[in-house]
Amino acid sequence: MNSLVTFARRYTSINWANINPVYFVLAALIVAIILNNPNFIEPTGYMNFLKRAAPLAILAAGQLYVIVSGGFDLSVGSMITLVVVGSSMLTNNDPAATMWVIPVMFGMGALVGLINGMVVCYLRVPSLITTLGMMITLNGFAFLWSGGAPRGYLPDTFRFFGRVSYKDIPLIHMLPVALIVLVVVGLILYWLMHKTNLGRMIHAIGDNPNTAKLAGVSVNQARISAFIVSSLSAVVAGILLGGFAGVSTSVGVGYELQAITAAVLGGAVLLGGRGSVPATIAGALTLMAIFTLLNFLGMPQPVRQIVQGLILIAAVALTMRRKGKHANS
Amino acid sequence: MKQKPVIEMQNIGKGFPGVVALNAVSIECYSGEIHALVGENGAGKSTLIKILSGVIQPDSGRITLDGEAVSFKHPLESLNAGISVIYQEFSLLPDRSVAQNIFLGRELTHRGILQNAQMNAQTRKILDMFVGGKKIDPETPLSSLDVASQQMVEIAKAISLNSKVLVMDEPTAALNEAECQELFESVEMLRDRGTAIIYITHRMREVTRLADKVTVLKDGEIAARFNSMPAPEDIVRAMVGRDITQFYAPFASPEEISQQVLCVKGGANASIHNINFSLHAGEILGIAGIQGAGRNALAMAIFGHIPFTQGEVTLLGNKVHLTNPRQAIAAGIGLLPGDRKSEGLTLKQSIRDNAMLSSRALAGIFSSHKANKYIDLAGIDLLLDKMEVKAPSYDYEIQNLSGGNQQKAIVARALSLNPKVLIFIEPTRGIDVNTKASIYQLMRDLARKGTGIIMISSDLPEVVGVSDRVLVMHEGTIAAEFSSGAQEADIMLAATGEMGAVA
Repeated sequence: MNSLVTFARRYTSINWANINPVYFVLAALIVAIILNNPNFIEPTGYMNFLKRAAPLAILAAGQLYVIVSGGFDLSVGSMITLVVVGSSMLTNNDPAATMWVIPVMFGMGALVGLINGMVVCYLRVPSLITTLGMMITLNGFAFLWSGGAPRGYLPDTFRFFGRVSYKDIPLIHMLPVALIVLVVVGLILYWLMHKTNLGRMIHAIGDNPNTAKLAGVSVNQARISAFIVSSLSAVVAGILLGGFAGVSTSVGVGYELQAITAAVLGGAVLLGGRGSVPATIAGALTLMAIFTLLNFLGMPQPVRQIVQGLILIAAVALTMRRKGKHANS
Repeated sequence: MKQKPVIEMQNIGKGFPGVVALNAVSIECYSGEIHALVGENGAGKSTLIKILSGVIQPDSGRITLDGEAVSFKHPLESLNAGISVIYQEFSLLPDRSVAQNIFLGRELTHRGILQNAQMNAQTRKILDMFVGGKKIDPETPLSSLDVASQQMVEIAKAISLNSKVLVMDEPTAALNEAECQELFESVEMLRDRGTAIIYITHRMREVTRLADKVTVLKDGEIAARFNSMPAPEDIVRAMVGRDITQFYAPFASPEEISQQVLCVKGGANASIHNINFSLHAGEILGIAGIQGAGRNALAMAIFGHIPFTQGEVTLLGNKVHLTNPRQAIAAGIGLLPGDRKSEGLTLKQSIRDNAMLSSRALAGIFSSHKANKYIDLAGIDLLLDKMEVKAPSYDYEIQNLSGGNQQKAIVARALSLNPKVLIFIEPTRGIDVNTKASIYQLMRDLARKGTGIIMISSDLPEVVGVSDRVLVMHEGTIAAEFSSGAQEADIMLAATGEMGAVA
């Protein structure tokens, strides 16, 4: 009898308060966009929106790994720039080069993540400083590599991922490749974070590294993995952005903070221990929806920054409040 | 005593998710009276005091101070109203001087300039009221004082604030015998000055020595109230709620103790030296000693967290050199950390996640979180069920559970890997009495199944009641060994190093 009650308690009740508020916010914003611009209901409207949001969503989902592990990764914006600039240099207008340039970029991303993670783990430099240094360093590399004047061109084979949409598909008419990439990467990151031990370990080290170590967790392995995931997600985001944003040394600027904002909008707890990949992707879409709405309302570009800054503060404050309600004395 | 009580708490109720911490608890204290508040760990004493001082707010009930209803939203409000609380962890700043600590936040100034000389002089005057206070210099930084003197400073601060009510939460926890005597005298001096004192302890000796009245809390309710000093047995019975003889499981019989599972020879590192002992399957080996004697350092050395730098460790017949906890766990050692919050729990994670942590950590990062070669979710649920972890669901965040239930989840974590050696550090600290008994029973059951158990505890009755053998540590090494049935007094002597003359 008792166990039956426990069972019932365990598996039935749907508690609305437990649903992440980011989904409601996103829904409300989409309604607001539609009211402002009815074309948004058309596939070209929302598919183009998703296409533009894909790089940030992927970047934020990767950033979430580092945030849940208790750190920050500020180097991802520069990583995006380096990927775009580096790819344009390496492909050198040769469409066939894409085949090997993309793996090289992933290798570079893994290396940067490894270095970030090892500096944080073994040299005990706080991640904020480590990745800030890496951000500046990578930016320097990007300038150096391109000589300050990047070749303004990437071959179409490379731009395929970010730019192309499959047309004439029933029901949805068009399907951007970027959206497919988002779904695939999102599923992988969801699986890794929420369905494997690695995800649990990253939660544990972000929640309490002492406990994790004493419980036998390889704290360094988990932490370095988180940084590598974040860097690799930046490579994917860079490849997508190279597809539709063109080549410049400023293509990744500001993305690291947008990614952190998106993760926080998704309810991730700064300093670690809690976060969800789907909610973070929803957070990224929310942020993009806000930008889109501001655009429709005819707000000038700087307003974006003002809004983004305020959102970051407000989202963290909200997360703290939610936490406070559940917390014990 | 016809006057009104200085402080009165009536029908205080407080619940946390999943637990009722306090249920209709009333307590009052008159001027010039020491009211002992006793109860096992987890009985609700600390919660009651936190409510009194405004750290947390009660769900129901009222508080009156000097006949006026009050409701504190913040500790500063209660402090300003004349209620001082001395917690087990001191709220003093280690790098500031004694006088600076006493006048913290209300420094004496003249035209904006600090009046250090004046503050030092006033501090001197207050400290001189104590027997032990005379040796404290108001200008020394707090960190250079020993624990007893720091406590004295806390009391001095309460005096300088002219507190009407002083609450002391287990003040003797870290003191030696002589320091305890000094403390008792200070407390009595305060009482004679007319302060109402609520004195929290679970040591009978202090209750009989100091208290005018006694209130016994058990499981968040008043179990008994004595307006004059009762027989100590009556208090204990009310505290424990059962006959004390059934409290501890019986010792191991000689047949139950079998082969050696762990042996340390000449073990040493920066904080311990010359460690020689062995542990056998089926026995519970208690390790006693005062704080800083090296008990935790020994546990952490065995567990590889702060490894031995010298000596030889033999585990299950094999020589091992364990340099991190992961290796130790893989080799068959389990550890229950002493500080649950900072070493034992990942507070934001679920009960299941906490219990599965070690098995997942050892299973490899890409395997499913639901099952690994050691245990699966159904298995961990079964283990948690068996240990009677009380929670609305095992998906519940562990921070909402009581200390006892949290501890059980950590025990489940260790057990999921079937360890051959289990180290319990302060296994029952902050745990309610029934859970305590079930943890003792569990330890004995595990020992019977062939686990070798090391228990490090500051609770002497627990050490004596549970251990088949007791090692006493003093100044980083093992100073004495006792077989089961040792006297608390003898252990205490060895722990304080006063046995040297005898031995």
